[in-house]
Amino acid sequence: MPPPVLDVRALSVQFETKEGPLRVLRDVSLQVAPGETFGLAGESGSGKTTLGYTILQALAPTARVTGGAILFEGRDLLGVSEDELRRIRGRRIAMVYQDPRSALNPTTRIGAQIAEVLEIHERAPARAAGRRAQELLELVNIADPASVARRYPHELSGGMQQRAVIAMALAGGPSLLILDEPTTGLDVTTQARILELVADLKRRVGAAILYISHDLAVIAQVADRVGVLYAGELVEVGPTADLFAQPVHPYTRGLLDALPHLDGLRGLVPIEGRIPRLTDLPPGCVFAPRCDFVAPACTAATPALETVAPERRARCVRWPTVLATPRRSTAAAIAPETVASDAPLLAFEHVSKYFGGAGAVARWLGIGAPPVRAVDDVSFDVRADEVVALVGESGCGKTTLGRLAVRLLRPTAGRVRFAAPKPTDAQIVFQHPDSSLNPMKRIGPSLARPLVLRGLRRRERGRRVRELLEAVRLDPDYGARRPAALSGGEKQRVAIARALAMAPQFVVLDEPVSALDVSTQASIIRLLAELRRTLGASYLMISHDLSLVRHVAARVGVMYLGRLVEIGAVDEVFRAPSHPYTRALRSAVPRPDPAVPGRPIRLEGSVPSAQHPPAGCRFHTRCPQKIGRVCEEAEPPWARASPTHWIACHIPIAELSRSSEEARP
Amino acid sequence: MSSLSPTLGVGGAILALVLAMSLAAPWIAPYPTTEQHMLERLKPPGARFLLGTDQYGRDLLSRTLFGARPALGLGLGAVALGLALGVPIGLTAGYVGGRLDDLVMRVVDAMLAFPSLLLALLIITALGASTGHALLAIGVANGPGIARIVRSATLALREAEFVLAARARGERHLYVMFGEIFPNVLAPVIVEATLRIGFAILAGASLSFLGLGVQPPAADWGLMIREARQYVFLSPWPLLAPGTALAFTIVAFNLFGDGLRDRLGAT
Repeated sequence: MPPPVLDVRALSVQFETKEGPLRVLRDVSLQVAPGETFGLAGESGSGKTTLGYTILQALAPTARVTGGAILFEGRDLLGVSEDELRRIRGRRIAMVYQDPRSALNPTTRIGAQIAEVLEIHERAPARAAGRRAQELLELVNIADPASVARRYPHELSGGMQQRAVIAMALAGGPSLLILDEPTTGLDVTTQARILELVADLKRRVGAAILYISHDLAVIAQVADRVGVLYAGELVEVGPTADLFAQPVHPYTRGLLDALPHLDGLRGLVPIEGRIPRLTDLPPGCVFAPRCDFVAPACTAATPALETVAPERRARCVRWPTVLATPRRSTAAAIAPETVASDAPLLAFEHVSKYFGGAGAVARWLGIGAPPVRAVDDVSFDVRADEVVALVGESGCGKTTLGRLAVRLLRPTAGRVRFAAPKPTDAQIVFQHPDSSLNPMKRIGPSLARPLVLRGLRRRERGRRVRELLEAVRLDPDYGARRPAALSGGEKQRVAIARALAMAPQFVVLDEPVSALDVSTQASIIRLLAELRRTLGASYLMISHDLSLVRHVAARVGVMYLGRLVEIGAVDEVFRAPSHPYTRALRSAVPRPDPAVPGRPIRLEGSVPSAQHPPAGCRFHTRCPQKIGRVCEEAEPPWARASPTHWIACHIPIAELSRSSEEARP
Repeated sequence: MSSLSPTLGVGGAILALVLAMSLAAPWIAPYPTTEQHMLERLKPPGARFLLGTDQYGRDLLSRTLFGARPALGLGLGAVALGLALGVPIGLTAGYVGGRLDDLVMRVVDAMLAFPSLLLALLIITALGASTGHALLAIGVANGPGIARIVRSATLALREAEFVLAARARGERHLYVMFGEIFPNVLAPVIVEATLRIGFAILAGASLSFLGLGVQPPAADWGLMIREARQYVFLSPWPLLAPGTALAFTIVAFNLFGDGLRDRLGAT
């Protein structure tokens, strides 16, 4: 085996804060060989990003390396001079961050930005640098490098921007590439193409890749070896296939069991408790307070990273017991019962919502921009006691539809019919835990306010606030806290409690867990399912995550560019026949199983602008199954695949059944 | 962070001193403000008159101490009036948005483009010169600027999820504006108001200097400077005493406001 490019040895890093030192990384060791992709997985607070920064020696001034070494091509980066570091950084070691927009200079053309890197690091003459920049764009699978090189960052889609950033990172010919959550802000079909690119790069460039991500499914698709980081410690390392097939550390097991699976049968088992505060770490094993296998030996001393099998190490003293215990896989508990009545509770009737656009006079004169058609002629209903999910990528109009349902927006055309006695019987839970609670209000008053509106007396309100906190599994003393003192998951619980305080019959859940860690996600989803049973309410769940939807929804609607393209019972939408877009979307979801390699259907180009949607079928510009002129000219009709399953496509149902079957078992 | 920043500390100390002076003036001032010592006119500082006397032989220390009262009263009063006008206007424009926002902001822009002292002069010309009218004029002149700050802070919060949640549960718009949004725009508003008090004091002194604000024989810094102007070559003290007090007070408000801005993290 060749010597590793990166050899991190017993690295410890701490931040100095008012509350004392935060030991963000403790005794972390890992090696990445040339041509190898090492996936570093961890939830928020695990220290994974700090590790990336430490390797680049770009830590905040309050951070201090308290021990260990970072050997890069045999030299310790902790000892080299600032001058030397500058030569290594960007050239020998390149890093790609989550948000491509902040990595690109908005005022410089893409080609010039890449050429600049070449001119600085390789002192290449301008013309040669320009040519090389185009070659690099080609290397990252950009179809038309000459035209992309001339464009400004804002003229590219998110996926193209991220590819340009990767091209720039490759410009110096790095021997180590650090990718920190490079696909986290991207849509699933775009993500699939970036992952494909990363898998390819290893072969084409031969660099060592350190791939940092919170998403185990993504890591399963790209990494050769995986390290799992928890609260600053590497708890398990091993080859990807082995680690996913048989996790050794209870935390790794917990993470894998917490993931929703696209088959809807496994996963979503929460890890109880929360990540320990780095200011007061528990004695012994850091995971012990949340661990099902905890024994007295666990809290006695910090376990060492033991070798449990060839090339596999885990930081757990109880690993033989863990291995001998079969894994839990009970997703069934949250599957929704399909006993919904026939009466629609909330019905969208040819609902459209346009934003902005020039006034009528300007449009008549042919000047001024057309409006953005966020939602365009959508009809479906949600019945009493039913969970309906809307899926689609960013910009498809699903969030707008959710807001129309709770009257935060008025439709431009059509109507939203709500059969409950009061308009406020429809409530909403939002995506961002940080923005959904008023930062200036304590939790108690935030929860009491809806009760004031419902006319409860002061004493009843106090009692009800305690009940609500209890319902979302929070201690009653949370009432006196401010939102800033809560974790993301706790804030989301409060936001759910606040919506429940109105005793709603219908709740819109707008990406309720997408900002949360995997282990927290599972417990929130379970909580929502349980609350629905006691409330007897209907949910309209909006999500980009198909796997999650599979677990919770009875029916699913798929949206693309303002239109509903398919709707049906959950199992129907997840198997043939399918709308070509649904198929592509499904195929792009990364599986947390390296044994099932992703075979995503490639969608060419990017989502067209909702200001100028394509005529005919909105999807025809990217559709891999386009049949001809009819797709460009005529609106696709709704075809009935079953009494509950409808697809808007020109291709006959029989044909759609066939094409889907050959794609994937 | 935990220690007191120098700007906040120095500004706060001077302000506390000025406030204490104005409150304790009746007890610590050695003479009544209007008592004339006809034989001791335009005296330099000495044992009897610590800061000297003016052209009527009135004690400058007493007059400077009492002069803090109209200055602070006018500054605080005018800014309070400015807040009373600007906060509701800014909140409404930012929250409602659309055409109303366009309309209100164009009016605000027009008022901001108009020199505020000129605006104050107009109001006083129409209403007559008096302390109350000066306060009214400066307060009104402060309204548009405050409205603009509040409006931009409100705009950033209009689509915040906690605001949407309040609307979804059927809260009245007034509650959403004052109960949900206002507490979150308070920090920038406090900073802005503190900085504006200094300018309002200066504007008040300017009006008094022009003879349009506080009327003689009251003790007021602007008025004292106005009266001392003719005798400046005979004795600089009647000019220096109120001038220095005025300068220190304004600088103190500015320091305090800047310090608050850093502390509250407002922009």
